[in-house]
Order: sequence, then C-alpha cells, then structure tokens
Amino acid sequence: MDWFDSWGVTLAVFLPAAGMVVVLAIPKAQERALKVTTLATTLATLAVGIAMLARFDYDRTGVLQFQVNKSWIDVINSRYHMGVDGISLPLLLMTMLITVMCVIYTWDHFPDPRTPKAFLALILLLETGMNGTFCAQDLILFFIFFELVLLPMFFMIGVWGGPNREYASIKFFLFTLFGSALMLLSFLALFFLSDPQTFDIPRLAAQGGGGIVASTQNLIFVGMFLGFAIKVPMFPFHTWLPDAHTEAPTVGSVLLAAVLLKLGTYGFIRIALPILPQAAHDWAPWIGLLAVIGIIYGALCCLAQRDMKRLIAFSSVAHMGFVMLGIATLTNFGINAAIFGMVAHGLITGMLFFIAGSVQERYDTREISRLGGLLVQAPRLGWILGFCAMASLGLPGLAGFWGEFPAVLSAYDPAAGISQVTFRVYMVVAAVGTVLAAGYLLWMFQRVAFGTVKTEFEGAHVHDVHWPEWIAWTPLLIGIVVLGIYPNLIFRITDGAVTNLAHGMATAIG
Amino acid sequence: MLRNAWIIPLLPGLGFVAVLLFGKRLPRKGAELAVATVGASFVLSCIAAVQWIQRVDDHSGKEAVGGFGRALLPTQEGGVTAVERGFTWWQNSNVKFGVGIHIDGLAVMMLFMVTLVSFLVHVYSTRYMQGDRRYTHYFALLNLFTASMLLLVVADNTLMLLVAWELVGVCSFVLIGHWWEEKPNSDAAVKAFLTTRTGDVGLMIGVIVLFFAAGTFNIAVINAKALDGGIGHTLLVVSAACLLIGIIGKSGQFPLHTWLPDAMAGPTPVSALIHAATMVVAGVYLGARLYPVFFRGFSIGDGGLNAMALIGGVTIIIGAVLAFVQRDIKKVLAYSTISQLGYMVMALGVGAWVAAIFHLFTHAFFKSLLFLGAGSVSESGSHHSFDMKGDMGGLRRYMPITFVTFVIGSLALAGIFPLAGFWSKDEILVTAGQTGYDAFLYVGLIGAFLTAAYMTRCVYLTFFGEFRGHGEPHESPPTLTVPLIVLAAASVGAGFLNAEAFGIEKFRDWFEAGVSLPTLEHAEFDTVKAVISVTIAVIGIGIAAYLWFQREELGPFRGFTQRNAAARAGYRFLENKYYLDDLYEKVIVGGIKGPVARASYWINQNIIDGVVNAIGRGTAIAARETYDVIDQKVVDGAVNGLAETTGETGGLLRYVQSGRVQRYALTLFAAVGALSLALWLVY
Repeated sequence: MDWFDSWGVTLAVFLPAAGMVVVLAIPKAQERALKVTTLATTLATLAVGIAMLARFDYDRTGVLQFQVNKSWIDVINSRYHMGVDGISLPLLLMTMLITVMCVIYTWDHFPDPRTPKAFLALILLLETGMNGTFCAQDLILFFIFFELVLLPMFFMIGVWGGPNREYASIKFFLFTLFGSALMLLSFLALFFLSDPQTFDIPRLAAQGGGGIVASTQNLIFVGMFLGFAIKVPMFPFHTWLPDAHTEAPTVGSVLLAAVLLKLGTYGFIRIALPILPQAAHDWAPWIGLLAVIGIIYGALCCLAQRDMKRLIAFSSVAHMGFVMLGIATLTNFGINAAIFGMVAHGLITGMLFFIAGSVQERYDTREISRLGGLLVQAPRLGWILGFCAMASLGLPGLAGFWGEFPAVLSAYDPAAGISQVTFRVYMVVAAVGTVLAAGYLLWMFQRVAFGTVKTEFEGAHVHDVHWPEWIAWTPLLIGIVVLGIYPNLIFRITDGAVTNLAHGMATAIG
Repeated sequence: MLRNAWIIPLLPGLGFVAVLLFGKRLPRKGAELAVATVGASFVLSCIAAVQWIQRVDDHSGKEAVGGFGRALLPTQEGGVTAVERGFTWWQNSNVKFGVGIHIDGLAVMMLFMVTLVSFLVHVYSTRYMQGDRRYTHYFALLNLFTASMLLLVVADNTLMLLVAWELVGVCSFVLIGHWWEEKPNSDAAVKAFLTTRTGDVGLMIGVIVLFFAAGTFNIAVINAKALDGGIGHTLLVVSAACLLIGIIGKSGQFPLHTWLPDAMAGPTPVSALIHAATMVVAGVYLGARLYPVFFRGFSIGDGGLNAMALIGGVTIIIGAVLAFVQRDIKKVLAYSTISQLGYMVMALGVGAWVAAIFHLFTHAFFKSLLFLGAGSVSESGSHHSFDMKGDMGGLRRYMPITFVTFVIGSLALAGIFPLAGFWSKDEILVTAGQTGYDAFLYVGLIGAFLTAAYMTRCVYLTFFGEFRGHGEPHESPPTLTVPLIVLAAASVGAGFLNAEAFGIEKFRDWFEAGVSLPTLEHAEFDTVKAVISVTIAVIGIGIAAYLWFQREELGPFRGFTQRNAAARAGYRFLENKYYLDDLYEKVIVGGIKGPVARASYWINQNIIDGVVNAIGRGTAIAARETYDVIDQKVVDGAVNGLAETTGETGGLLRYVQSGRVQRYALTLFAAVGALSLALWLVY
C-alpha cells in the first residue's frame, strides 16, 4: 500500500476529473450510463477518502500525510505539493460524502433544462476543485483549485437556476473573483517577500511572516482576508450568498452551503493564520467583530424572509459567524471548534437545502406563508425538517452544538495579547444569537410543518420521502447524530494539527 | 446500583429508540415498551435509593466506607461520599470533557421522584391518550424526556447538564405542540422553547465562566473550589447571576414565567410530568446542585438581600395572584406551580437548601396529583374541557375518587397539617426566619394564604355547586384513578420524612449526604410559626369558602369589578397577566421579528447590496465608456483590459442565454486541465 501513500491525494483530487472525461465521452442519450459513471466515480473517490481515513496516522495529525511534492512550474518555484493533515481530512471527507449524496439525490431530480450530461460533468469538475483546495499545499495550486470551483458553480446557477439566475450567477462570479484577485495579489506579495522565494504553504508558515514589516504584513493580510471573507461569507461581504442560494438548483445550493463556504474559512486556517500570525493577531478583534455582527445580523435577516431557501441562506451567514468567531480567538480551542462547526454546518445546512429542494419539488413553491401542514401530508419529510432545524439551532446531542458552544466558549479566553474584554462581549452577543437562531428556525418549522394544509394544496398528492432521498439523506442524518453524540471523532483528528498551528502562531508572535 | 446508575437514564433512552422504530408494530402501539422501560428505571432507582440509605445509615455508625465508588471525593465533615464514575468523552486541545455520573443524596432523591412520577404518568397516559393521532410518538417522546431528565440528574459535569437541559427543553417543545394542527398549541410550544432558551443564554455563559474559573466542567470540583475560595468572588458573582438567569427561564420564575401557563396546551399528563413535577424543577435542581456557587456568589450566608431570594419571593406572589383570575383549571395549577417554584428558589436564596429540595420532592407528588386529577375530570367529567366555570361544577357526586384525591392534593398544596406540603413549606419559612430573612418569611406566609384561597376557589368551581357541563359525568377508569391514589398517598406520607415536629429528619440525613454544601443552618421546628402558617392557610380557605360556597360567587364582592373603577383596572391588569405577555410578544418579539428584522433586511438589500450593485454597474459603465471613448476613439484598436472584462461578461451571459454553456464550459476546463498536465509533464 505504499503507492497509496504517495498517490492517494492525487487520486482523491483527480479521480472526479477523470470521471468527468468519461462522462463527456458517453453520448447524451445514454442517461443511465452517465448517471452510473458519475455515481461510480464519486463513490470511488469516497472510497479513496475512506482509505485515507484508514491509513491516516492519528498520532501525527499535525504532520502532512499522503504527501506529494513534485516540481511543477519551476520558473516561479511553484510545486505540485499536496497533502492532508488533521485540518483538511475532515473537510475532505465531508466533501466527498456530500458529493456522492448530491449525485444520488439528482438521480430523479434533474433541474430544468434537463441536461444530465452537462450537469453531472460539472458536479465532477466541482469535486476536483473542492478536493484539490483542501489538499493543496502550494499557494498557486491552492489558487487554481479555489478558482476552479467557481466556474462549475457559476454555470450551475446560471443554467439550471431560478428565474433570477443571470443576476445571481454573475454576482456570485464577479464578487468572489474580486476577492480572489486581491488574494492572488497577496499571494504574489508573499512570494516576493519570502526568503527564499516560495509558494509553499508549510514553508511560508514556518517563516511565519518573519522578515516582513508589520505594516506590509497587515496589508497582505487584508488582501487575503477579502478573498476568504467573501467566500465565507462574512458580513458585509455576504450579499452574493442569498441570491446565489435562492437561484441555484438544489444540488448547487447544497454544495455551495456545505463545501464552498468552507473554502473561505479553511483558507483562513490553512493560509492566512499560519503565514501571517502577527497580522492575524492584529486583525483578530475586527474579524471577531464582523463575525458576531454576522451572527446577529444574519439571524435578523432570517426573520424577515418569506422564502425557505433564502432563510436558510441567511442562516449560513449567522452560522459561519460562529465559525469565524472561533477562528478569530486564534486559540487551538476556538479553531478546533471552527473546524467542527464547518463540518457540522456542512451536514446540517446541506440537509436543510435538500429538504427545501424537496419541498419546492412537491409544492412548487418555497413561500413559507403558502406552506403549512407538511407533517400532515408528508410526515417523514416534516420530521426530518424538524430534526435538521433542531440540529441547526445548536441542540446539544446533535452536531451543530459542538461547533457553536465551543466557539462561544473559546471567546471567553482568546489568545494571549488579544483584548479579553472585547471577546467576552462577543461571547455574550454570540450567545444571544443562539436564541435568535432558535427563533427563526422554529418559526420556519412551525409555519411550514405544523398546522393544517393550506386550501390551495388540499387534496394535492404529496409524496413522502422517496428512495433516492432516503439514500442521500440517511448518511447525513446519521452523521449529524453520531458527531453530536461523539464529537471526539473530529476533535481527535483536528486537535494535533490545530495545536501545532496555534503553537506556531504563538511562537511567531513571541 | 449506585455505581451503575447510568443504566437508569439509559433504559428510557433505549426505550425511545425502540418505541420510535418498532412501536407501531407492537400490539399496544409501543406503550407497553415505554411503560416497561420507565418501570424498570423506577425499580432500579428504588434499589439505588435503598443502597444509598444503607450507605448513609452504615456511615453514621462507622467512620468511612472506603472503596465503594472508584473515585471517592471527600465532602465536608468527612461525611458520606458521593459515588463518581466517568470517562473522557471528548478532548479538544488538552481540555478533557468527561461524561460521568455523580450520585449523592440529591441525585438519588431526584432519581426516585422522577422515575416514580414518570412511571405513573406513563401508566395514566395509556388510557388518557388512547386513540390519539400520534399515540406511539407520544410515548417515544415521553421516554426520551424521562431519559433526558434522568441524565440531567446524574450528570457529573456542567456540560453534560447543559446537554440534558436542552434535551428536556426540546422534548417539552414537541410534547407541548403534540397537537400541532391547532395554531395555539404550536405557538405555545415555540414560546416555551424560545423563552427557556433566552434563559439558557445565562446558563451557557455561566457554565463557560465557571469552566474558566475552576478549570473544569466537573461539578464536584467547581463546588469544592467555590467553597474553599479557589474561585474569585467576582467570578462567582458573575457565574451565579448568569446561572440564575437559566433558572429563571427553566423554572418559570418572574419575569420569564409567561411560557408555563401557555405550556398547558400540551396533553395533561405532559403537564403533570414536565410542567409540574420534573422539567420545571430542573432550574431548582441546578441551584441545589451548584449551591456553593450561589451561596458564595450571592453571599447568602450573610443574610443580605440577594437576587435569588428576591426573584423567588416575587414569583410566589405574582404567580399566586394570577391563579385567582383563571377559568381554566390547568392554568390555575400552572400559576400555582410558578408560585411554588418561587418558594423553592426563594428557599435556596435564603439558605434553606434542605427545605428547598424537600419542597421540590413533596410538590412533585401533590402537583402531579392535581394535574392528573384535572385530567381525570376532563376525561370523564367535562368532556375534554378545562373550563371550570363553563363545564364543571358539582363533580364530587360523580367522581368520588378524583374528588377525594384532588382535595388531598389541594390541602397538601395549601400546607395543611399533616400533609406533605405543610412540612416542606413550614421548613422553608422557619429557615428563612432563622437565617435572618424575615421579610421572606412574611412573603412566604402571604403566599400560603393566597395558595389556600385560590385552591379553595378551584376545588369549589370544579367539584361543588351545580354541574354546568353537558353529558353524563362519571368516575374515571382505574388506569387513571390508581395513579391518583398512589400520588395521594405520597402527598400524605412524603412529609413525614422530615417531620421535624416529631424529631424525624430522615430526608435531611439521607439526601443531604454526599452533597457538597456550605455549612448551613438547619431548621428547628417552631410550633408557633407552624401554628401561624396553618392558621393563615385555614383563614385563606375560610375566606375563599365564604366567598364562593356561602354566597355563591363572591358574595358581596359580586360585580365588584363592575362597580369599582379601581377594582376593574386591577382585574384587567391581572387578566392581562401584568401585560408581560404583551410586552414580550408584541414589543420584544414582535419588534425583533417585525421592524428590526425588516430594517436589517432593508439595509441588506438597499445599502449593502446597493453598494455591491452600484460598484458592478459603475464598473460596467466605466468599462463601456472606456471602450467607447478611450479604446474606440482614442487608442482605437488596442485591447484594453477592462473592456475585455466587460466583453467577457457579456459573452458569458450570451452563452448562458443561448444554452451553449456546456460546450463552452467543457472546452474551457479541458483547456485548463490540458495546460496543467502539460506544465507538469514539461517541468
């Protein structure tokens, strides 16, 4: 199995791309073959992920494993450096799992215009981009994968989206591209200011910003911050998100919420924090501030929504606020919580978008005021919605809690040198945010699921959860429960890596 | 059993899963499984209680009982030690989070009480909920609730307690909204969840502060550190204040009590179990569990005014007063519960720890008895109505068992000698007097008067006078009456566990043992005070009886509120529940949901997004101008970067519209892929 150690990551990243090539070769008419190929590819990719999980050395989670470091573009000293550590592994696995479930869910639910071939090919390409981002250890490589993700999503929204898809897709594309441009600028600055000049993330992290003047560090950090914060998205850079989510097809929304948002937060943890610790330290109170504003603001906007999907989209702003709060503490505790929160949010919000899609499919509307009595017509779907709402509002015993509570906890005691008073205020504000979260989720659940069926849908035949939905959802639901009961499954993986990171930052700051 | 007490919550937990999965296929729709698991838990709790009592009794003879639990924590005075057992649940950057049990007198008492009431409620429900739309779901959730409540009781750390605390909350949510087809029910469920969750913010922050103050979530360690000064006073004040907010939310204390009366929208057995006997006392339990934190944080030992006693005292009165203006029998009982919980919180606030948990214990029996009695009335007497004025009256002739047990419960609640409520309430009052909290002694006495009076009114309206309902009232079947009889027996007998007048202090001896507590004053029985309090209760009953029995509806006061403007205003003030509901629902919640949320969204759409759109539009215009003016007219022919961007955007759009995107996308990515591959191969 030695070959796996050196080829595992490459397989995980490029298997979907290879699958895409096969899908492209299959004629459009053979829909079944297209589906089977896509499913087989994503399953094989997941299998690679599981094999990595099995061969991962849990005693050395802080060390890059399955590392590949080959020369690539020598002119700029950019290398094909890939690897997985405790920070990327959970996210990588979650991505692979969600992608499989998306393919299964799509089985019978192709959005209009019904062109399975293109749709499936884009999902596969997207997976390559996502997996690659989580594995890349070179800034240029990271950037390429980071951008690669943008395009399939742009087309998913633009082609298969709702009525306002053009506006939403272009907004999504340009907004994130704008951030990426600044991010690339920062990457280049890092390259030129590093000594020896390199794009290698671990090596840059080892330098820890040494030799770069503090003010320059802060500027470079701002560039990266914009790139990542737009992706997260943090307040006030979030406005592309509700539009993109509302218009995107179900699977697009799921992938967007579950994985794409995490690319931003992951970027902070993988790149911004370790490479520029001093700047991160200086900016931490401001990041924390935007994070808690996002928590409250996202929740308030949720309360004003009439569209289920748009509500869930805004709830992402609030939830990612908790993640960013954890990151902003710059403590290993907070960052661990953040990674957990990322995975939990991926599973839970992914599920919520699946459900919103299924509701729309059945009622042809997502208007909350028109819905009602979902529990009467489709009790299972209704209870799954209730379960996910509970998970999303941070009910202990389910996954959401372990992202939220430890993040709030970590804010009590941020890293040395960061104002405790400020962060304690953030802690209280974030805790109040949990009440608002309960508010918007329960009101949504109450209006959609409780009560009686509205007259317009009386007598309508509403199918309860059917089999592709069951297959696609069951693993996610199990994941939500299992992680909720035994959070150590993730903390055990992330802890070593995060401790390294926090330690490295503390040393660099001195 | 003490070391294996984790089985007690586990059984109903498994029951929940089993009932949910297989319940519908069982002959009795899962009820048998639910009853059996809770019954087994009850038996195990009894065994645990017996073992604990033996342990305490053994100890009073010998000096130490070593080697019983794996980790023995010494408590004060080298007394009986709690049984502790646990393991690491999860770990996050060298901070370990344990899961474990902490069994001491308090926990044993709670286990017994919760499983007993829960078991009786399960049995009662098999009949009461018969033919219900969601019979199986109901039992599954009742099981899950019981499991969560028991978990809360045995938890050895604050984090686990928080987890269980939220779980009971969610069970309560679903059970209040059990008949969710009707809007008022689901409104009540949401209100209950949100109100308690507001309090939970306090609990959450309190737990966090204590974690950093003591360096652990472990309750025993926190208590020990709070007692020996290991935690600074400021931190104790902050955490006590935060935790108190949690108590206020969960235990229906003023000003967050408003959810509890609405929670009566749930099935009556749920009200008995969750909203009278168990979940609502979780707050009091938290206060008792972390008592050193409150004791030191609020400086209770100094005899000064403190927030805890004050909140409790206020709640006693405002709850009791509202009980007078209710037509709905369950709401009378709900306000009574609020008021009685006020006694418990006040007792904790004045240093009467034993009295507080003793009252918690006795109250569980007589209040669940009263609720189940009300359920029996609605089942067999009033045609599923709870309206005392409209559908009840004169039922004593038709429902003798329900009537007698209800009266026993009422007398116990009113604190009439020698029923359970007398002993526990008396102990609270006496201790308040002894610890220097005289003011609260008087508050308690006023409360006792009010309690006796509103319960008399309630009994009168339900069981005396002429039957005002329709149909033929009759006695309920044994499935309903047997639990009533058992609880009536407990309401009579439970008080004798701590009958100070007869020198019995068993309750204190057994259940204070092993709990880490500050040195507390213990009540000495005071005949004068006892006589005064009973007399006051009797006067309360007498006046109420005079008003309702003798002169049929308020006698000289009849129509008083119509004649007197001040009285009318007062009545309306009460009828509107001090306008607190209006304040919360219309002003606060309505404000946040309405104007505030809408304003945020307006800002989002028009300002933040407006900036984004303006930049987008501006760039496009700038690009077009650049193209038209500079590129076409000035440079002519040179390719300009900005213009290209615009062109590309337009191009993409066109592709989107023309539906040829797929080909475009594939070409693009094939190109990117090929390029990367080439670069890789070449270098």
